Amino acid sequence: MGGKQDPTTANGSPKSEPTATKNTTPDLLNSFFSFKSLKLKTKQQELLLRVSILGLVYVLAFIARLFSVLRYESMIHEFDPYFNYRTTLFLTEKGFHEFWNWFDSESWYPLGRIIGGTLYPGLMVTAALIYWALRFLRFFVHIREVCVLTAPFFASNTTVVAYFFGKEIWDTGAGLVAAALIAICPGYISRSVAGSYDNEAVAIFALLLTFYLFVKAVKTGSLSWALGSAFGYFYMVSAWGGYVFIINLVPLYVLVMLITGRYSMRLYVAYNCMYILGMLLAMQIRFVGFQHVQSGEHMGAMGVFLLMQVFYFLDWVKYKLNDTKLFQTFLKITVTSAILVGGIALGVGTASGYISPWTGRFYSLLDPTYAKDHIPIIASVSEHQPTAWSSFMFDYHILLFLFPAGLYFCFKRLSDATIFIVMYGLTSLYFAGVMVRLILVATPAVCLISAIAVSATVKNLTSLLRTKQKVPQTGSTKGVGSSKSSSKVTLDQSQPFQKNGAIALLVGVFYLLSRYAIHCTWVTSEAYSSPSIVLAARGAHGNRIIFDDYREAYYWLRQNTPTDAKVMSWWDYGYQITAMGNRTVIVDNNTWNNTHIATVGRAMSSYEDEAYDIMRSLDVNYVLVVFGGVTGYSSDDINKFLWMVRIGGGVYPVIKEPDYLVNGEFRVDKGASPKMLNCLMYKLCYYRFGELVTEYGKPAGYDRARGVEIGNKDIKLEHLEEAYTTSNWIVRIYRVKPPTNRV
Amino acid sequence: MMNLSRSAALISLFLLPLLSFSFSVDNPTDRRVLVLLDDLSLKSSHSIFFNTLKSRGFDLDFKLADDSKLALQRYGQYLYDGLIIFAPSTERFGGSLDSKSVADFVDSGRDLILSADTSASDLIRGIALECGVDFDEDSSAMVIDHSSFSVSDGDHTLIAADDLVKSDVILGKTKIEAPVLFRGVAHSLNPTNNLVLKVLSASPSAYSANPSSKLSSPPQLTGSAISLVSVMQARNNARVVISGSLQLFSDRLFRSGVQKAGSPNKYEKSGNEQFVTEVSKWVFHERGHLKAGSLVHHRVGETDEPAIYRIKDDLEFSVEILEWSGKSWEPYVADDVQVQFYMMSPYVLKTLSTDKKGMFHTSFKVPDVYGVFQFKVEYEKLGYTTLSLSKQIPVRPYRHNEYERFIPTAYPYYGACFTTMAGFFVFSFVYLYHK
Repeated sequence: MGGKQDPTTANGSPKSEPTATKNTTPDLLNSFFSFKSLKLKTKQQELLLRVSILGLVYVLAFIARLFSVLRYESMIHEFDPYFNYRTTLFLTEKGFHEFWNWFDSESWYPLGRIIGGTLYPGLMVTAALIYWALRFLRFFVHIREVCVLTAPFFASNTTVVAYFFGKEIWDTGAGLVAAALIAICPGYISRSVAGSYDNEAVAIFALLLTFYLFVKAVKTGSLSWALGSAFGYFYMVSAWGGYVFIINLVPLYVLVMLITGRYSMRLYVAYNCMYILGMLLAMQIRFVGFQHVQSGEHMGAMGVFLLMQVFYFLDWVKYKLNDTKLFQTFLKITVTSAILVGGIALGVGTASGYISPWTGRFYSLLDPTYAKDHIPIIASVSEHQPTAWSSFMFDYHILLFLFPAGLYFCFKRLSDATIFIVMYGLTSLYFAGVMVRLILVATPAVCLISAIAVSATVKNLTSLLRTKQKVPQTGSTKGVGSSKSSSKVTLDQSQPFQKNGAIALLVGVFYLLSRYAIHCTWVTSEAYSSPSIVLAARGAHGNRIIFDDYREAYYWLRQNTPTDAKVMSWWDYGYQITAMGNRTVIVDNNTWNNTHIATVGRAMSSYEDEAYDIMRSLDVNYVLVVFGGVTGYSSDDINKFLWMVRIGGGVYPVIKEPDYLVNGEFRVDKGASPKMLNCLMYKLCYYRFGELVTEYGKPAGYDRARGVEIGNKDIKLEHLEEAYTTSNWIVRIYRVKPPTNRV
Repeated sequence: MMNLSRSAALISLFLLPLLSFSFSVDNPTDRRVLVLLDDLSLKSSHSIFFNTLKSRGFDLDFKLADDSKLALQRYGQYLYDGLIIFAPSTERFGGSLDSKSVADFVDSGRDLILSADTSASDLIRGIALECGVDFDEDSSAMVIDHSSFSVSDGDHTLIAADDLVKSDVILGKTKIEAPVLFRGVAHSLNPTNNLVLKVLSASPSAYSANPSSKLSSPPQLTGSAISLVSVMQARNNARVVISGSLQLFSDRLFRSGVQKAGSPNKYEKSGNEQFVTEVSKWVFHERGHLKAGSLVHHRVGETDEPAIYRIKDDLEFSVEILEWSGKSWEPYVADDVQVQFYMMSPYVLKTLSTDKKGMFHTSFKVPDVYGVFQFKVEYEKLGYTTLSLSKQIPVRPYRHNEYERFIPTAYPYYGACFTTMAGFFVFSFVYLYHK
């Protein structure tokens, strides 16, 4: 679909002209329409087309993301969105002040979590505002529906921003192509399907809006655009931790502008206004607080801000001094002293601890191997893994080679705006290579730059075609074609293949774009619309089987356990247990306390006796494990187990990874290490599994997820007892017994 | 729905004491005790002991241990509140009774007096083992003591033991002057079990061996590691007495005089009767049984219990503890009850002061740490029922509007802020309108 819209943009206006002029047939109806179209001037026609295309793209972006609702149901996906949903529910029920001061005693037992001060409230507030607005308009929807559809709604809004951004950096054609590309780009859809109610859903919109407004501010030098950009930044800060990207990219851009001698008053106004106001606004978010002046990640922006003042001052001195030699010495003194003062201030700040050093996450962005060596908890998350080539191909498809072409066009027509988009594209693409989930950040840039390539190519080709047609018909008297094409005509008149070549190339472009549209639709429907809380598989007869074990287990917890029961599980499931099971958890997906997670990891990887002491000390009543041995579900706790060992061992050296491996190999069958075969996680996952025949022709206790027969079939539990196992064994819940009465 | 669950809760509230507690608060004297005997002649040979129990209001039901109609419960309800097993040689109980059902009986909160003797059966040993007591494996072994035996008999297996546990709660306030006569098998305590303790221990010179054969190897159990009579208080406060001697309870030893070897004191009557009576009072909860009301806490100056505290709140905490005197609930008086304000480790540990009417209270400031805390009263005192109470309460940090609005030390900053604003205004005005 994306491909089909492009020709209309390029050809629309010239095509309608000849039909209007040729209108002499007595067909009344036809004449009426042509009369109307005659009345519209070319510009108006173009506007109409543009608006209608944009409207279609807007709708398309929304409906392409509804596959998940059609395939499954209107539900919240994955892990983090459940927390967001729970907090949004709280916000709509209790109001903003309660939300702002919410101390949640149901997570991170017994430490608790100050929700209001440790989240980015932008998403929840946005959804709540939409909800309240709908209620005000007498649309009584459930808050869940609002949450489910927030991401598609903002994806639609992003397409509009992309249009304006594209228009700003190139032309309206590029803007429309960009809007169409971004509407269905899998890299973006993966994080914004209906139900994926995560921070990124609104953050990409905010990110692109901030960049667009900033570029606009730089272009116009207007305070009001810069102010708008500051507010966009504020919204971004309130929505996602990825705002750090903005606060580093914008200064970097300014620095590049300064170095390349493109410094201007417009840049000065735009950056200063955006930085100062954005910083002040960002400080209002509790989670961010004083980081803008205290954290190492934000120091670059401040340095560039100060540099800018020095630059301005020097400019002024130069203007006043009128003596180049004197100015040169003055320049030297000022620059060295400025750098010296800045360096000393930074050094003193860092040494005294006022400026915090870079965080591990930031380091791991710059150095992809950092997390693997130092912070297992970051490295353990699948979306923090370095990106594979295939996923670039999967998420970008043709954009992957349109991108360099777009860069070529950008460099060919260098301006403040194109420099910005080039820098945005290159830096974000690097980060996308470091971490899978940052593909998302790079997607808008890739779409915009690719749109420039598409738009510029198609425009060139069509102008070629048009001049060929026009030259014999109207002659050179009128000169409908632009000056560029007429100059080409004079050059290329001798080449008869040009027209055919252009047609072939155009067909090629449309073919590619339609392939892109097909690929995007397929990816969206097959890969990115799974809620991951409900699993789907193909049965033996090709029928679809739904595994709804997660919700089954969480509702069991909700209905059958005491309200103050504490559930221990690996942190992945923490948000879901609190949101759906409404029970207290020890650790959850907000991995703020590594020690606490390590304690759980230690309990899971210890023998039952030792684990029992840990669980007693944490007042654990239930233990929940996820097990895929029956269904062949591979992202279960046994496959995550080595990370538990690593994270646990990072804090408690008694847990040693080699104890669980045999010759560096992780096994669960007879050849597994004795510690592995008797640790709590193994026991809980495989309890009574040895009696079960999972697959025809295989022995009892055959683990389908790992394809082996398990090594310990005779598991006896001493301090725990099985409380519940879901129908497909995916979730198993155990009750922790009280200490024995007589010993 | 709400109503239903509430009424269900009410019903269970009424039923709960009837169903689960053997120690009935309303009618503690009317208690049914099953006595299992090897031989019905024990009924007469141990009549003093049984009669003291009867006189204290117990309803004794004598059964032979191999009675085929033996049952502790019917339709899921226990028929008895206490169990006395005076059948050391029984290999198998009759009816549905076995060592597991005896253990379940204890686990349901009911009390047990178990007496073994020389040549105790595996069944009895098994029950004792369940309670953390290990009888000497040699079935013909007896406790022999060549220095603290009873002179009257001249038999070195009749021990005159006077190493009693120092606890008024278990053994009563009046001191047991005369030594306790004991003839039977030795046992030791499971070192990992901290619920069981020796009430009557052997002297350092005692050992466990077969008196009729020569010692070929050093005895396994020697000295004060040997326990003669032990008690165990389970976590649910069920109490168990385990004795290595059945004769300890017999009329003959109750009445016989005693003179410990090497001691000039001669007593007309052994300490057995007093010892056995006091221990049976303890085991049947006539003494040392504490009951605590719920933990009550509130902010200073308020009466309602809040759902959440703020850091640095001042709070008052109180708990009522009563003691069963045998007839009624009396206020418990002690100065060693403590409360913890606990989150992974105690942040506050306070000794409660009592008003001598059963109320213990204290007040303290919530620490400057937020999280899910617990009020914990862990009261473990020798002989008394263990009180283990806890109540969860979250502690939150300050709300955004609970901080000081204007800080005096920050006045220079406020001043700087406003002068800058005024200065900027004046500057703009002058710059724009002054030529």
